Amino acid sequence: MGESVKYAVKEPLVHITRRTDIRSWKAWLIRVASVVLALIVNALFIYSVTGLDPVKVYTVMIQGTFQSTYNFLTSMRDVALLLCIAIALAPAFKMRFWNIGAEGQVLMGGLATALVMIYLGNAMPPWLLMVTMFAASIAAGALWAVIPAIFKAKWKTNETLFTLMMNYIAINIVDCLTNIWRGSKSSMGQINANTQAGWFPRLLGYRFTINIIIVLVLTVVMYIYLKYTKDGYEIAVIGESENTARYAGINVKRAIVRTLLISGAICGLAGCITVAGKNQTISVNTAGGYGFTAIIVAWLAKFNTFYMMLIAFILIVLEKGAIQIASAYTLLNDYAADIITGVILFFILGSEFFINYRVVFRARRDREEEQA
Amino acid sequence: MKRLTALFLAVVMVFCLAACSSSNSGSSAGKDADKAPAFKVGCILVGDETEGYTKAHIDGIEAAKKALNLSDDQIVYRYFVEESSACYDTAVELINSNKCNLILSNSYGHQDFMAQAAKEFPDVTFIAMTGDFAAISGNANMKNAFTEVYESRYVSGVVAGMKIKELVDAGKLTDKNYTADGKVKVGYVGAFNYAEVVSGYTAFYLGLTSVYPDAAMTVDYTSSWFSVDKEAAMAEQFIADGCVIIGQHADSTGAPSACQKAWENGTVVYSVGYNVDMLNVAPDAALTSAANNWAVYYTYAFKAAMNGETIKTDWAEGYDQDAVHITPLGKSVAPGTQEKVDEVINGLKNGSVKVFDVSTFTLDPSVQWCACEVDASGHLTSCKEDMSYFDYSTGAPQLVYQGETYEVIENGAFAESKFRSAPYFNLRIDGITELG
Repeated sequence: MGESVKYAVKEPLVHITRRTDIRSWKAWLIRVASVVLALIVNALFIYSVTGLDPVKVYTVMIQGTFQSTYNFLTSMRDVALLLCIAIALAPAFKMRFWNIGAEGQVLMGGLATALVMIYLGNAMPPWLLMVTMFAASIAAGALWAVIPAIFKAKWKTNETLFTLMMNYIAINIVDCLTNIWRGSKSSMGQINANTQAGWFPRLLGYRFTINIIIVLVLTVVMYIYLKYTKDGYEIAVIGESENTARYAGINVKRAIVRTLLISGAICGLAGCITVAGKNQTISVNTAGGYGFTAIIVAWLAKFNTFYMMLIAFILIVLEKGAIQIASAYTLLNDYAADIITGVILFFILGSEFFINYRVVFRARRDREEEQA
Repeated sequence: MKRLTALFLAVVMVFCLAACSSSNSGSSAGKDADKAPAFKVGCILVGDETEGYTKAHIDGIEAAKKALNLSDDQIVYRYFVEESSACYDTAVELINSNKCNLILSNSYGHQDFMAQAAKEFPDVTFIAMTGDFAAISGNANMKNAFTEVYESRYVSGVVAGMKIKELVDAGKLTDKNYTADGKVKVGYVGAFNYAEVVSGYTAFYLGLTSVYPDAAMTVDYTSSWFSVDKEAAMAEQFIADGCVIIGQHADSTGAPSACQKAWENGTVVYSVGYNVDMLNVAPDAALTSAANNWAVYYTYAFKAAMNGETIKTDWAEGYDQDAVHITPLGKSVAPGTQEKVDEVINGLKNGSVKVFDVSTFTLDPSVQWCACEVDASGHLTSCKEDMSYFDYSTGAPQLVYQGETYEVIENGAFAESKFRSAPYFNLRIDGITELG
């Protein structure tokens, strides 16, 4: 009987099953293999399209970050920014709240900072100005995130679309205000260029040292928050199953609003350190797409803030490398560089599939069954 | 395993902080440059060769490179550099890692960040193209440059005027093409409402009216330097309103393409472009384009820097040095246009034609023109232009760099780009309606 069933049903060639017990070394082997494969595919692309030596191109790419101390430091500054936004997104995504609105929340935080710098820059002592800038940016970011959270908690609106749309509102508000602030010039330039009011003071020679310190502290705090606090546990439970959470007596609505307040607040802070510690100006490009890239960082690191450091670092090395090769080779322009980084990212993301799932081919399964 | 990785990363971050302090003393890398005096240029560009404005600059730099026999590694390009601290970072990187001793940037918004770097590297020369405060910023190593492109706009206006005259004489225009008071309608697609654009469209209009005085021009803004869709939509609106000529001060081919499409559908409309030859997208509708020859400046600046001479702080040249031109005339231009164009260019070169000749335009005498005086007939008699650089963000202008005030009406004309390379003609003359 069993025999006939086996032959009657046409089995698919490939069968995919979920696996949960992969060993750590095996998972890392898959990750490393994926990067190696990506480099090979890119080498084929580079050589077939341009005829350049791929190894040389990769060397130039690495130089984007490691060519000089200054390159390395500015890369670290950008790692800190990307990491900061990923830290902000971690609790929301761990709860399976798809906050696609980091870009807008960062912009609103940056805008609040710019507003304080412009209108209160000369009206208060520097320490109070700093405190006001931080408070304003945190409030603005939190506000931008909590609006979709309240709608989600109360009326079950789709948070993905809602947070995404909030980005465009933020972009247009910034566009409008910078257009006013530039006056009769064609761009607004640095904020408070004459007084430097609200610019982060130089620490160890750089303004962005403060950025890095803030993000290092946040990395530790968020790690503890997610792993060891009651709130963090609630987030994990809701993320696994909302019904289980409700059954366990967790106030899901409250948790959504609370988590998004935190998420938005940290995004707002990221906007503040971008404007005051890095750019000293604001534009629609202030968030620079990091609001979206940070999703990859948080997701790939499975919300472990220390792994996020590594992922953010890799992404920044790729970004700086892309700029470097676009500058070094006339044959590889900005778009070609984007293809190269895109392929590497695709393979890294793809490797997670092979870590989480086992792919079994029909022939092999038949053999295994026979042996059993 | 997990903890180890995490610990390692934390150590890397801490190491980075430590490196910050050590590099502070070591940032004299820029000063080592005098050990290697070889001439090297770093170019900070807002786009790349796929974008017309930046391509014009790259072409100019490449031409200068060829003319001066520079090698490939003496020119370093950085593309798509944002108008933010990215510009400053790139400048520092070009100086420290690439040992560049001349840094140039091609977009106005780079200027603040160039000034920031200029302060820190007094031995390096910084050229902020199209910028406006080098002379008053207190950085002797900072320079600005702009072409007198208003001259080529004036000439492109002459080409448009010739065409209108031909169309009117041949009776090709309908009621729709005239305003209520009988003037031929002209449209102009602008990017933003500041002096560079105002100076440009005014020059275009004055060139046009020097041939055909009864024209009324409408200007609208896209609020973007490059937007094919917005520029095309604006041109279509102008065409629907009956405009016969569509001029532009925006970087895409949107408007000429829209004109060509309308032309093929039997509408009488012609396009005057900017920066690049539009004949490939509008073979019938394009008359010509006003354009820059950046090679003239780059050759001058590179040569001066190589010979250890000082580069002019404010450089602005026009037809006199062949720093501007109009692209080859299209097949639709009126007969005799080439002769007329040559005559006007000669006039501009020998000074007999002045673009902003105050006798050729009027302003509304009932308006209180700040810093300018207008007589009862509407002609300018005096204009005191303050070259100071202001921060406008709080509403009230706040002084950043103090500049001098000059009387810019000289010998019966508004002396554009004489006291500063960046344009400062910012008056709204009669005959032009500004929307937006």
